[in-house]
Amino acid sequence: MSNQIAVSADKCIGCGLCFKACPFNAISMAERPTHPRKLKLAVIDMHTCTFCGACVDSCKNIGAITMIKDAPAVLDTDLSAYRGVWVYAEQRHGEISPVVYELLNEGAVLARKLSVPLSAVLIGDNIEAKAQDLIHHGADKVYLFDAPLFIEFQDDSYSDVLSHLIVEEKPEIVLMGATNIGRSFASRVAARIRTGLTADCTALDIDPTTRNLMQTRPAFGGNIMATILSPRHRPQMSTVRHKVFKPAVKDSSRTGTIIKKGVNTATIVNRTKFLGFIKDTTAKVNLSDADIIVSGGRGLGKTEGFTLIDELAEALGGAVGSSRAAVDAGWIPYSHQVGQTGRTVSPKIYFACGISGQIQHQVGMGSSEIIVAINKDPSCPMMKMATFAIEGDLYEVIPWIIKEIKKARGCQI
Amino acid sequence: MHIVVCIKQVPNTTNVQIDATTGTLKREGVEAIINPFDEYAIEEAIRLKERFGGKTTVITMGPPQAEQALRDTLARGIDNAILVSDRAFAGADTWATSYALAQAIRTLGDYDLIICGKQATDGDTAQVGPGVAEMLNIPHVAYVKKIEEASNGSMKVERMMEDGYDLIETPLPALITVVKEINTPRLPSLRGLMNAKKAQIPHWNAETIKAEKLNIGLTGSPTQVLKIFSPPLRPGGEMLQGSLEQVAEQLVAKLKNAQLI
Amino acid sequence: MEYFLSEEQQMMVDLARKIAQEKIKPVREHYDETEEFPWPIVKELAAADLCGTYIPQEFGGFGGGIFSLVLVTEELCKVDGGIALALAATALGTFPIMIAGNDEQKRKYLPDIAAGRKLAAFGLTEPEAGSDATGLRTTAVKDGDFYVLNGTKCFITNAGDAETYTVFAKTNPGRGARGISCFVVEKGTPGFEFGKKEKKMGIRASSTRELIFNNCRIPKENLLGKEGHGLITAQATLDCSRPGVAAQALGIAAGALEEAVAYAKTRVQFGQTIASFQGIQHMLADMATEVEAARCLVYATARMMDAHPGKRTTKESAMAKLFASETAMKVTTNAVQIFGGYGYSREYPVEKMMRDAKITTLYEGTSQIQKNEIALALIKEAATKK
Repeated sequence: MSNQIAVSADKCIGCGLCFKACPFNAISMAERPTHPRKLKLAVIDMHTCTFCGACVDSCKNIGAITMIKDAPAVLDTDLSAYRGVWVYAEQRHGEISPVVYELLNEGAVLARKLSVPLSAVLIGDNIEAKAQDLIHHGADKVYLFDAPLFIEFQDDSYSDVLSHLIVEEKPEIVLMGATNIGRSFASRVAARIRTGLTADCTALDIDPTTRNLMQTRPAFGGNIMATILSPRHRPQMSTVRHKVFKPAVKDSSRTGTIIKKGVNTATIVNRTKFLGFIKDTTAKVNLSDADIIVSGGRGLGKTEGFTLIDELAEALGGAVGSSRAAVDAGWIPYSHQVGQTGRTVSPKIYFACGISGQIQHQVGMGSSEIIVAINKDPSCPMMKMATFAIEGDLYEVIPWIIKEIKKARGCQI
Repeated sequence: MHIVVCIKQVPNTTNVQIDATTGTLKREGVEAIINPFDEYAIEEAIRLKERFGGKTTVITMGPPQAEQALRDTLARGIDNAILVSDRAFAGADTWATSYALAQAIRTLGDYDLIICGKQATDGDTAQVGPGVAEMLNIPHVAYVKKIEEASNGSMKVERMMEDGYDLIETPLPALITVVKEINTPRLPSLRGLMNAKKAQIPHWNAETIKAEKLNIGLTGSPTQVLKIFSPPLRPGGEMLQGSLEQVAEQLVAKLKNAQLI
Repeated sequence: MEYFLSEEQQMMVDLARKIAQEKIKPVREHYDETEEFPWPIVKELAAADLCGTYIPQEFGGFGGGIFSLVLVTEELCKVDGGIALALAATALGTFPIMIAGNDEQKRKYLPDIAAGRKLAAFGLTEPEAGSDATGLRTTAVKDGDFYVLNGTKCFITNAGDAETYTVFAKTNPGRGARGISCFVVEKGTPGFEFGKKEKKMGIRASSTRELIFNNCRIPKENLLGKEGHGLITAQATLDCSRPGVAAQALGIAAGALEEAVAYAKTRVQFGQTIASFQGIQHMLADMATEVEAARCLVYATARMMDAHPGKRTTKESAMAKLFASETAMKVTTNAVQIFGGYGYSREYPVEKMMRDAKITTLYEGTSQIQKNEIALALIKEAATKK
């Protein structure tokens, strides 16, 4: 048996609602010259269909589409044996990544709903001091792997210990940051222990009856949202976007247990070799951590334009981003690129200076809290999506903004 | 050196319009293209072959129409292409996709390096590359922005991170996922296009790659889509009016009021 | 309009469009501004196998005929009429070898040109001999196994950047039109130098220089065809190349039309897009009709030439070039008009298109010369019918 989905030729009225609803372009509308009213017929391409059910929903008034989903493979897992919410406490160069505090905050909410403890997993070298910090931020338990082997992140060794720990301890939920590190090795872990992993989540909730984690994430560059379950597998793993959840507030009176795990270097798989780290010196503020990002695009017209962008970013204490056009023109390195082929950011304020707002760029910054657009063309997409739009020459507008910010800052002192 | 590239066909969002009233993509007439990140993977494979010799193979899992994407890669200089296609694969999530691709690569036999794009632009998960590496039990390095050195047995690569880059050495066979910075993809040549047109592309099904029924398609997928919906529309913005000075003043006042600066 | 292109022709068009959009469009302002020669683009075109579509397969090309040259040139010129000229002017410089060259000469020169390793240029025009080729002053005097060239050519497209030059010189000054011969001169030959680069109104990505011959000795094997047959070669070459210029004009016009339609759809005045005004609609309708008519004429001419190789097509070639280039001038001027004040600004591409278009009514025979040729052919035809 495989999954089945069918359109009833009798019931279908050719309205095309399902065609519009299908996020995977699997439906086409075929002509039906033989039909007495010449109504079109929805046809589903079985190769493309993912059985997401969007068309069934869209057709609920007519009821022409029926779907029978196969039960997913039932494994011999006792779901009830899995309890507890875990947060992978990512560290980089000995510092806990900021996303971890957000995960602890949201993880605590989920743990409360499930009435289970919240644990953190910390892997690093000479890192024990940070374990207490995790407890102060909401962890009830910290699993600590502290060994020189773990001084720098490597997929092999990190996924090896995390997979083993999951198999031993059986948590029901594992949250990781959707950072380069998290997205690289979460997938290895999920593949090894054969469980579901949902990338880049922006909302999490619990179905109280099934204890399933409802993981919501953007797809197609944020143009559709999908809620995803792993109903028959445990743990349910998610990587979570930075800056979606508020960070946990520190409470130094909190207590918890630190479980130091022994590390047997000999048995840990570790095939790659870490040779060094070269810091990006072009960025004063890390793009993914920044609360304020000032981005420049084609409208700058020249590489010198980024001097002005830098100035504004500095006045705001923000990071410098760019559109693809500016990177392709060679005005700024790729590491600054925001958008589909660059980074995804969600700062509190995003300044789009001379960026028209192609869909590929929107994908990377559309979830920013406030968008400020400065552009000569008032009709470009960025000006339309902006919270505050300023029509004008950015070379004239920005100096005024810098002046006002300095003035405002001056008053505060 | 045998280099295998895994690619995916995705809807072309370059010229896609957004429906202003519903905020959804206008999907009519959206063509399928090679996932933009996979273009860098294809180019890197061809460049490595040009440097070190050997052969290149591209694999995609998808509907029969995905053959066009494979022909595009042949036109650019890839040696072989294989389409892994079976209705039983439909509805696969990243786990089941990783499994099918890993099985297909096993079926190929020997390989030294597997290259994938960092992520696909439709799903945006970045999970399939590392997943394939795990299932083949080989090391992987994600977000590679440069291959510094490569020899028969190992490779030194730069891994792009949020704060700079790591230098990693990995033994081969290994899998890397690549970012845009690694190269500028070439366009096909006329001769390449003509040859690609004539090329025979083998279609492999679940049986060919010896895939376990329980591990493929929707059945093999641990994750299930509960629902799909359109995100709420961004509320319409405000066009600030007045002289430059007034506009700047208004903006800073608004940001200050929102306690953002 | 459906032109029933073969699969191969459609591939050429699609590939040329891809290169134009992805590689040329982002840099067209740069080359227009700096007047640099677009070597990186030439390399892209070479890598894509688009440099020698018209060259026979046995010499490394695709044997696509004049029509393939027309299709590729049009597609590239939709985005930039100057950059594409590196390729189109190479074709002009290559035709004398294809028309009058012997097998050995073809084997020596054509494969490098087909592969895009070398560019070619056509050296006919002189300060005193523009539209009237019989006024040539450059001489080639035989000296044993060599010819010695003296004289100056001007306004030579690709000069300085091309490697292979087909040059026309008088071998027998007393014989007028029958005293002209055609030679291949390679860059680097002692006594062969280039003059200053012209500063031009349009096609600024293309290099235009003088060729200066000062006792330049070239081996006698470099003579193309027979001594004294040079002008026939030149005329046959222009027959073949004029559809290329016509295609350039057609491409520029089609590109300007696309820009004008897109702009009219987005530009809002008086609360509506300007595309909804009948005044603009009628302009666009005229432009589109003229472009399509030019395309019909150019394609038909090219196909006719490919179907009857060697047949003189002076009249049809001249008609195609005359009509397409005058259309390009009209359409680009109207495109600028539709853009209004913005059209006059370098921030938008149509002013460049208008500048680029002008040359097509001038080189390889002005529009007036084309009319002369057409009329002459008509009168001849009428005379033979009687």
